[in-house]
Amino acid sequence: MKKDLEIYIHIPFCVKKCAYCDFLSGPAEQSVQYRYVKRLLQEIQQSEQLAEQYEVSTVFFGGGTPSILPGEWIAEILSALKKIFTFRKDAEITIEVNPGTVDREKLRNYRESGVNRISFGLQSAKNEELRLLGRIHTWEEFLESYRMAREEGFTNINIDLMSALPGQTVESFRETLESVLALQPEHISAYSLIIEEGTPFYDRYEEHPELLPSEEDERQMYYDTKRILQEQGYERYEISNYAKPAYACRHNLGYWDRTDYKGFGLGAASLLSDVRTSNQTELFEYLDGNFSGTEEALTEQAIREEYFFLGLRKTEGVAVGIYQNYYEKLIQRLQMQHLLEEKDGKICLTEKGIDVSNYVLAQFLDE
Amino acid sequence: MATVDQSKIRNFCIVAHIDHGKSTLADRIIEKTGLLTSREMQSQVLDNMDLERERGITIKAQTVRTVYKAKNGEEYIFNLIDTPGHVDFNYEVSRSLAACDGAILVVDAAQGIEAQTLANVYLALDHDLDVMPVINKIDLPSAEPERVINEIEDIIGIEAQDAPRISAKTGQNVDEVLEQIIEKIPAPQGDPDAPLQALIFDSVYDPYKGVIIFCRIKEGTIRKGMPIRMMATGADADVVEVGYFGAGQFIPCEELSAGMVGYITGSIKNVKDTRVGDTVTDRSNPCKEPLPGYKKVLSMVYCGMYPADGAKYPDLRDALEKLQLNDASLFFEPETSIALGFGFRCGFLGLLHLEIIQERLEREYNLDLVTTAPSVIYRVHKTNGEMIELTNPTNLPDPSEIEYMEEPMVTAEIMVTTEFVGSIMTLCQERRGIYLGMEYLEETRALLKYDLPLNEIIYDFFDALKSRSRGYASFDYDFKGYVQAPMVKLDILINREEVDALSFIVHADSAYERGRKMCEKLKDEIPRHLFEIPIQAAVGGKIIARETVKAMRKDVLAKCYGGDISRKRKLLEKQKEGKKRMRQIGNVEIPQKAFMSVLKLDEN
Repeated sequence: MKKDLEIYIHIPFCVKKCAYCDFLSGPAEQSVQYRYVKRLLQEIQQSEQLAEQYEVSTVFFGGGTPSILPGEWIAEILSALKKIFTFRKDAEITIEVNPGTVDREKLRNYRESGVNRISFGLQSAKNEELRLLGRIHTWEEFLESYRMAREEGFTNINIDLMSALPGQTVESFRETLESVLALQPEHISAYSLIIEEGTPFYDRYEEHPELLPSEEDERQMYYDTKRILQEQGYERYEISNYAKPAYACRHNLGYWDRTDYKGFGLGAASLLSDVRTSNQTELFEYLDGNFSGTEEALTEQAIREEYFFLGLRKTEGVAVGIYQNYYEKLIQRLQMQHLLEEKDGKICLTEKGIDVSNYVLAQFLDE
Repeated sequence: MATVDQSKIRNFCIVAHIDHGKSTLADRIIEKTGLLTSREMQSQVLDNMDLERERGITIKAQTVRTVYKAKNGEEYIFNLIDTPGHVDFNYEVSRSLAACDGAILVVDAAQGIEAQTLANVYLALDHDLDVMPVINKIDLPSAEPERVINEIEDIIGIEAQDAPRISAKTGQNVDEVLEQIIEKIPAPQGDPDAPLQALIFDSVYDPYKGVIIFCRIKEGTIRKGMPIRMMATGADADVVEVGYFGAGQFIPCEELSAGMVGYITGSIKNVKDTRVGDTVTDRSNPCKEPLPGYKKVLSMVYCGMYPADGAKYPDLRDALEKLQLNDASLFFEPETSIALGFGFRCGFLGLLHLEIIQERLEREYNLDLVTTAPSVIYRVHKTNGEMIELTNPTNLPDPSEIEYMEEPMVTAEIMVTTEFVGSIMTLCQERRGIYLGMEYLEETRALLKYDLPLNEIIYDFFDALKSRSRGYASFDYDFKGYVQAPMVKLDILINREEVDALSFIVHADSAYERGRKMCEKLKDEIPRHLFEIPIQAAVGGKIIARETVKAMRKDVLAKCYGGDISRKRKLLEKQKEGKKRMRQIGNVEIPQKAFMSVLKLDEN
C-alpha cells in the first residue's frame, strides 16, 4: 500500500491584509494572480516522481484568501493534481473561504471539482470586533455565504473564531459562540489572538496590553469555548480545534502526526521522509519560476522532539513508544506537576498542561 | 645618554576634567616632537587599553619620553606622564604628580572649570608643581577663551593671561604649548651621586620580564645589576634592565640618574611587591628615609562576582589573577553564596573601577558574570569588644551581638550652575548628606560641599546628579572617615527562601523604602512560574514589604500547522534558552540581572 500524502496549496492573495495577520499574503492584481496560478500548475507538474510513491489523503487550499480566485482556477489546480497524483477515494479536500468573496457559482464550482470541506474565516459574530480586526466582511455577509454553502451541498464546514480580540468581552465572545452554534457547523477552530511582530497590531498593542482583554478574561473565554462546545457535542481534539464526531480535520491532524506532506506555492512547506523543505518566499522569484527555497534533513533528535511537541497538541496525546527510556524522567516530573497524564496508553496534556503548553512542550527539546 | 644635562629635562603631566582634551593634547605633543608621524599615530597613543579608548578615560598611568628641538636650537627631553582621570584613582594620580615637576592644566574653552579640574589642580599645587594653563577647544563655536582665562585666575588664582589658546584636535597653536613647557616647567633637581631614591608611580606585569616598575629618580642613579629594595614592602630584587619609554615600547639604556623618568625590571613576580608610592633604594647604599606620601590603597567598594556558568569558576579565578598582576588595587578572595555558588568577593577603589574590571573580565576573558550589589566596608562593633570590617552583608553578625555600626563618609564637592543648586541640594539631602557650605565661584556657578555616606553615592549618585542638573554638575570626593550610623541588613526572600546574594546593608531610615522598591523591581525581573511566588523584604526577620509574582496562567501557541513548524520550534527553543540565563533558587528561576537590580532602584 502506498503511503499517505497531504497536499497543501498556498494562495498568497487577499482582498486586504488584516491588521493582525503575519501570513505570507497580500493583495495583488488579477494579472499577478493569474501568473501565479500558472506557475503553481507548473510546480505541480514537476512533482511526477514524487507522486509515484504516494496516495493523496487530503488537500488543503490555504492563504491568504484562496476564495479570492475564480472558481475555475481552483478546479484547474485540482485537476492538475489529480492528473499526477493518485487520490484516495475518501480524500478530504478543504478550501479556506473568506465570507464576502464567494458567490453561489464559485461554491458550485468547488463542489463539482471535488472540494468537500469549507473553512470559513469568520473570527467573530460582532461587527465592531470584525471592524477592529480589519476584516472585510460583516456577520450578515458571513451568514449569507454560509447559507449558500449549505444549499450547495457542503456537509463539512469549519468556522474559525478568535478570542482575546480588542473590544471583546467574555460576554460578547459567549454570544459569538452561541450565534455560531445555532448554525451547527461540523467543526470550529477557536484561536486566541496572538500579537505577531511586524503587524499593525504589534505596533498598536505590544506596548499597550491593557487595551486587550486581560489574561483572566482570555482564559475564561477559552474555558467557555470548551464547556459550551462540549455541551453541544463537539469534541476538543487539539488545543484550539473542536469537531463533531468523525469531523476532525484530517489534514491538520496529519501535521501533528507527522504524516508526509507536500506544499505547493509561495513559501509552502513540505515534509517528505523527514526532510523538511520550504519554497521560495519572494513572490517575484516565484513568478519567475524559481520555486525552491530551503531544505533541512531532520536529525534523529529533531524528529524525536517534533514527535512530542506536535503530537502533544492533540488531546488524545502520543504513545511514548520507543522514546520511553529517553523521556521517562521528564514525563514523570511533568506528571507530578499535573501537566501531563496517561490515558489509554498514551500521554497527553492535562487542562493545566494545555494552559501552559509552551512550557511543557519546550521541555521535550534537548538542552 | 649617561651625561644628560638635568636642565634639558622636563617632567610633566597634564591635568584636566574628563573630556576636556587631555589625551588629545598628549597625542599632539607626541606627534609634534617627532616621535611618531601622524600616520603612525593611532589616535590617543597613551590610552592603550581598548576600554580606555572607548570610555575616553585613562585608567592606568602612561608615560612617554620624547625629544623636542626648541626654537632656541637646544634639544629637550620631555617625559609626559599621563595620569588616570577619575576620582576612583586619586591616589594613583597623586603619585604620578609626585613624579613630575610641573603640570599642564587643560581647560575646555567652552565648559570652563569643573569640579574635577579644581580637584586635580589642587592636587598638583599640593605637590608643589608649577601649573601651566592651556585653553583647549578654541575651535568650538561656543568657545569663550577670555572668560575661561579670567575664571582660572579668579578661581584657581594662577596667572593665565598668556595661556596658549589651542585646539588639540586641529593642532592649532600646539607649538606654543611646547615652547611654554620649556619656559614654565622647571627642570628637575637632585644629586646623581647621592644614595638612590626613586619613586614608584606605576607598574605593569610583563610575562617575560616580570614586573616593570615605572619610576622617577629623585636622588642618585640606578644601574643594571644594582641590588635594590622597595622600602615599604621590603621586597628585594636585582636590577636586570633599566630604560625609558618610547611610544608604546620600552627602550633599554645603561642607567637612569636623578631627574629622569624611566623603568626598571628585576625578575619581580608580583605587582604587590611594587606598590605605587613606594621608594626604591640601593640595598648596598640605602637612602636614609623613603620619599613621603606612601600609603597602601584600600578598596572602598566590594561586591561578589560569580561565573554565570558554575563550571567557569577556575577561569574566573585565573582571569582575576591576571588582572591583579597589573592592578595592585584589585582585591579578591573566594566566597560561597547559597544562591550563586562559588565566586569571589572583590574589592575596588570605586564603582568605576568595579565596572572596568567587570567589563574587562567579560570582554577580554569572555566570562559571563553575575555581580551582586556593591557594598562599602562597614565597621561592626560587637558587644564583646571585637570590631569587624564587613565587606559582605551576609557576614553581618546577629543583631544581638552588635553594639553599634559605623559607615564610611566622604566629603564631596559638587560644582553646579546656580539654577540647579536647589535640586542638587535636595538630592544630597535625600542621600543623607550633611551640608558643609556653598561658595559662589562666579555669578552663575556654585561649589557645594557635603559630607555624604559612601554607600549613598556608590550606586547611582553620579547619574542622578547629571540628570538633575541636565548634565552640568560635576563631582569629586575624598574619603573622610567612619561615623556611627543605625545600619540594618535588608534580606530578600523569594518564595519564602532567603536569597543571600540579594541581601544588603542599608540605613534603618531607608530600609522600608529600599525594601519596597527592591520587591517591586524583582517582581518585574522574575518571570512568572507555574506557581505564585511571594517576594518579601525583611529586616531582622520582620517582613517590611511584599510583592507577588502571579502564577503563569497561560502560555500557549494557539496555532501550529505544517508551514510554521520550524518557526514554532524556534519559539520553544528560545523559551528553553532563556532558562539557561537563570539561577535556580529553590523552585524559582531568577534571571541573572535581577541580582544587580538593587543598583537601579532610583530609575523611574
